[in-house]
Amino acid sequence: MTLRLVRREKASTRMAVLAPLLALLAAMVLNLLLFLAMGKDPAAVFHAMLLEPFSSWAGFSEVLLKMGPLLLIAQGLAIGFRAKVFNIGAEGQFILGAIFASAIPVYFPQATGAWIWPAMLVLGALGGALWAVVPAFWRVRLNANEILVTLMMSLIAIQVLNYLLLGPWKDPMGFNFPQSVMFQYDAMIPILLPGTRVNVSLLIALFSALLAWAYMQRSFGGYQFLVGGLAPKAATYAGFSEARAIWLSLLIGGFAAGLAGAAEVAGPIGQLQRSISTGYGYAAIIVAYLGGLHPVGIVASSLFMAALYIGGDNAMVSADLPVAAVRVFQGTLLVCYLAAVTFVRFRLDFGASVEGGRV
Amino acid sequence: MSAPLLSLRGMTKGYGPVKANQAIDLDVAPNSIHAILGENGAGKSTLMKLIYGVEAPDAGEVFWNGAPVHLHSPGEARRLGIGMVFQHFSLFETLTVVENISLIVAGTKATLAARIRELGRDFGLEVDPFAEVHALSVGERQRVEIIRCLMTEPKLLILDEPTSVLPPQAVGLLFETLRRLRDRGVSILFISHKLDEIQAICDRATILRAGRVTGNVDPREHDAHDLARMMIGRDMPPPLHPDPVEPGEVRLELSGLDHAPDDPFGVALQGVSLSLRAGEVLGIAGISGNGQSELSRLISGEVRLSEARRDDVRMLGQGVGHLGPGARRALGFAFVPEERLGRGAVPEMTLSDNSLLTAHGQGMLRRGFIDRVREAEFTAACIRDFDVRTPGPEAEAGALSGGNLQKFIMGREISLRPKVLFVAQPTWGVDVGAAAAIRQRLVAMRNEGVAVLVISEELEELFEVCDRIQVMHKGHLSASLDARTTRAEEIGRLMIGADGVAA
Repeated sequence: MTLRLVRREKASTRMAVLAPLLALLAAMVLNLLLFLAMGKDPAAVFHAMLLEPFSSWAGFSEVLLKMGPLLLIAQGLAIGFRAKVFNIGAEGQFILGAIFASAIPVYFPQATGAWIWPAMLVLGALGGALWAVVPAFWRVRLNANEILVTLMMSLIAIQVLNYLLLGPWKDPMGFNFPQSVMFQYDAMIPILLPGTRVNVSLLIALFSALLAWAYMQRSFGGYQFLVGGLAPKAATYAGFSEARAIWLSLLIGGFAAGLAGAAEVAGPIGQLQRSISTGYGYAAIIVAYLGGLHPVGIVASSLFMAALYIGGDNAMVSADLPVAAVRVFQGTLLVCYLAAVTFVRFRLDFGASVEGGRV
Repeated sequence: MSAPLLSLRGMTKGYGPVKANQAIDLDVAPNSIHAILGENGAGKSTLMKLIYGVEAPDAGEVFWNGAPVHLHSPGEARRLGIGMVFQHFSLFETLTVVENISLIVAGTKATLAARIRELGRDFGLEVDPFAEVHALSVGERQRVEIIRCLMTEPKLLILDEPTSVLPPQAVGLLFETLRRLRDRGVSILFISHKLDEIQAICDRATILRAGRVTGNVDPREHDAHDLARMMIGRDMPPPLHPDPVEPGEVRLELSGLDHAPDDPFGVALQGVSLSLRAGEVLGIAGISGNGQSELSRLISGEVRLSEARRDDVRMLGQGVGHLGPGARRALGFAFVPEERLGRGAVPEMTLSDNSLLTAHGQGMLRRGFIDRVREAEFTAACIRDFDVRTPGPEAEAGALSGGNLQKFIMGREISLRPKVLFVAQPTWGVDVGAAAAIRQRLVAMRNEGVAVLVISEELEELFEVCDRIQVMHKGHLSASLDARTTRAEEIGRLMIGADGVAA
C-alpha cells in the first residue's frame, strides 16, 4: 500500500474552514500526551491555557493587549507571504521600531505635547521599514535569500539594542540596569479601555486589518502580489515586477513590525528595555499562517494566539508548566496547521484504491 | 486473425463525473502495428494507463495471450512483456545514455553499452551509449527511450504520440524501426491523432470518441475523410489557406538579434532577424528546444535587453528591447505563451481573476481597485465568444481542460484588440475541432489587418495559416520562405539543420 498526495480539482471549502480547527485538535492531542508524560494534569493545563484567559475581564483585557502587536505584525507579514517573500525577521524590525520610537523620549525627556506619541509611532514604523531595506536590497540585487538575511538582521537588532541599553541610552538614575529612562506622560499612547492596559494601538491594529483586507482582496496591487506568489511565471508574463513585489513585501512587513515595536515601548512597557519583545515577531508568523494569510482570518488567529500567551502564563503559575511547554504548544500548532492546509488542495490517495478496482 | 496477444473487454474508467473510458473492447494481434486514434480528450491516454497498470479500471477484463490477468502496477505490466514510451521523456539530462538505462536495467555498463549498440544496429536506433542526454536531439532521446523498453524484451510496445516531437525526416526513420520490430514479433500500440501516419504504418486502427469505441477498421482500406469522421463525429472543416493580400507597414522587427540566455541549458540566439507586417501571418517552424522559448521571451518582454540595445527589438516603429511586457502590451502587443498553466494563466485563480492578468487595461481598474463587475463581464464575453466550455467566470483556471483554457487565453488576448498578436503553439493539446476554430481566428485577425506571429511545431498548421515561414534551428532563424510555394520537405531539412548553416 502506498500513500500519495493527489491534487484536488478544486480547493475544498469545507477543509479550508475545518483546517484550523482540526489543527487545534491535533495539537491538543499531541500536547496532551506530552503533559501526561511530564506528569501534569492535562485538564488543569488546558483549563489554564485555553479557558482562563476568557474567564475574567482583567484576563481578557491582557489578551487584547497582546493581540495588538501580533495582529499588526501578522497583517504585514501575510502580505509578503502571499507573494512568497518570506520575511522571518519581524522580530528585528520590531526591535528597531522600539528603538527609533524611544529616541524621542530618550533625547527629549522633558518634551510635552500631544504630538509625541504619534511621532514616536511614525518614527518606529520607519525604523522597522529601514531594517527591512537591507534584505530587500540584497534580494533584488544579488538574489540573496531573504529568509536568511532577515533572520540575521534580527540578531544584529538585538545587539544594537544591547549596545544602546548598556551604553549611551542607559538611564543614569537606573542603578546600572540595562534600560532607558521611564517615558514621560506624553510619550505614552492613551488608554482605550479605562481600568486596563489596552491602548489606542489596538484600534490602529484593527484598522490595519481593514487596510490589509482592502489592499489584498480588492486592489490591483494586492492582486499582483497574489499572482507573484501563486505563479511567478504568470507574473513575469503579465509584466508585474518581481523587484517591486519584494520591496513592497519587505517594507510593509518592516513598517508594521516597527509600528508594533513602537506601540509596545510607548504602551505597556513605558521604557526601552531588553525584554521588549516576547517573541512577537516569530509568533506573528504562526498567526499569519493560522489565519490562512487572510486579513479576516488573521484577526481571529491573533486573538487566539494572544489568549495562548496569557494562558501559557497562567499554566506556568497554576499548573506548574515550564515556559518551554508553551512554545512547544505553539510550534505543534503551526506544524499541525501546515499539515492540515495541505489537505485543502490535496487529498490522500491510498494505494489500496488501486487494489480495490476489479480488473 | 490469429489469437490476440492482448484483449480488453468492457474496460471502463471514470474520474468523478467524467467517464474517460466506457466499455472499451480492444484486440491486439501478434505482429501487428495497431493504432489508437482519437482527438485529445477522447480517452486514449486513460486507456493506455489501464493497459500499463498505472491506473485501475472501474470495470472490465484484460486477457494476455488468452489468460485473464490483473494489472496493478507498471512493474507487473513489464513482467508480462508490456513496455511503454511516454510522450514526455523521463531521462536524466546530465547522465549518459548508458547511465540512464542502467537505472532501470541490471548489468554492467560495458554489457549494457554492447546491448545498446546491438539493438541500435538491429532496429535502426543508433545512438552513442556514452553521450550525455542533454546533448542529444529529441529524435535520439526517443531512441534511448525505445531502447530502454526493448532491453526488457517486451512483446507489446506502447508509443504515446511518438511523432509529435519529431521532424518529418525522423518520422520516416521511426516508422522503419517500428516495422522491423513488428517483423521480429513485437506488437505495437501506436497512439496518434495524425491520420496520414496511421495510414502509413498501421494494419489495424481502433478509433475512440468521447471515451467510446467508434470504429475498428483497417486504416489502409479507408480514406482520411472516413477516419476523421469516425474520430470527430462530423466532417473536418476545410483547410483555410488564406488568400494572399498586400501586407501593410512593418509592426515587429528583429534585426540580427544575438542573445545569450542566463539559463545554462538555454539556447543562445544568433543573428535572429525577422520582419512582420500588418495583415500577414508569419510562422516560426522548428523542433522545440531550438531557441523558440528564448525568442518568445525576448519578443514578449519577459526577458529585457539593456537600454543601449533597445532597437534590437522594434515594435510598431519603436525600439522596445528594454521595455517590460506591460509597456509592450500598452503599445498594442498581445501574447499567448505555450505554457498555459502557471504562465498564461494562474491555475488557482478564477477565470475572472485571470482576465485581470493582461486585460486590466480594459476598464477593470478604478483608482487601483478592481471593478469586479467589469471583470466578470469581460470574462463572460470571452467565454461566450470563444466557446470556452466551463461552468462560468468563477471556475478555477486549473480545472479547465487544456483546450478550453487555450481558447480562454486566446480569447482574452484577442479581446485586447492587439496590433501585433503573438501565439506560441496555438493548438498544443487542443482537440481537432477547437484547433480548427483557433486557426480560423488567427486568419481572421490577419484579415482584419493584425500582424500575427505564430510559433508551432506542427508543420501542417503553419502551412494552413501562414503567409510566410521561417525555421528555427540551434538558435538560428532561417530566411523567410513563402508558405504557398515551399514544400514541407524543404522546411523539414531546415528543421534538422541539413542545409548546412541556416542563415
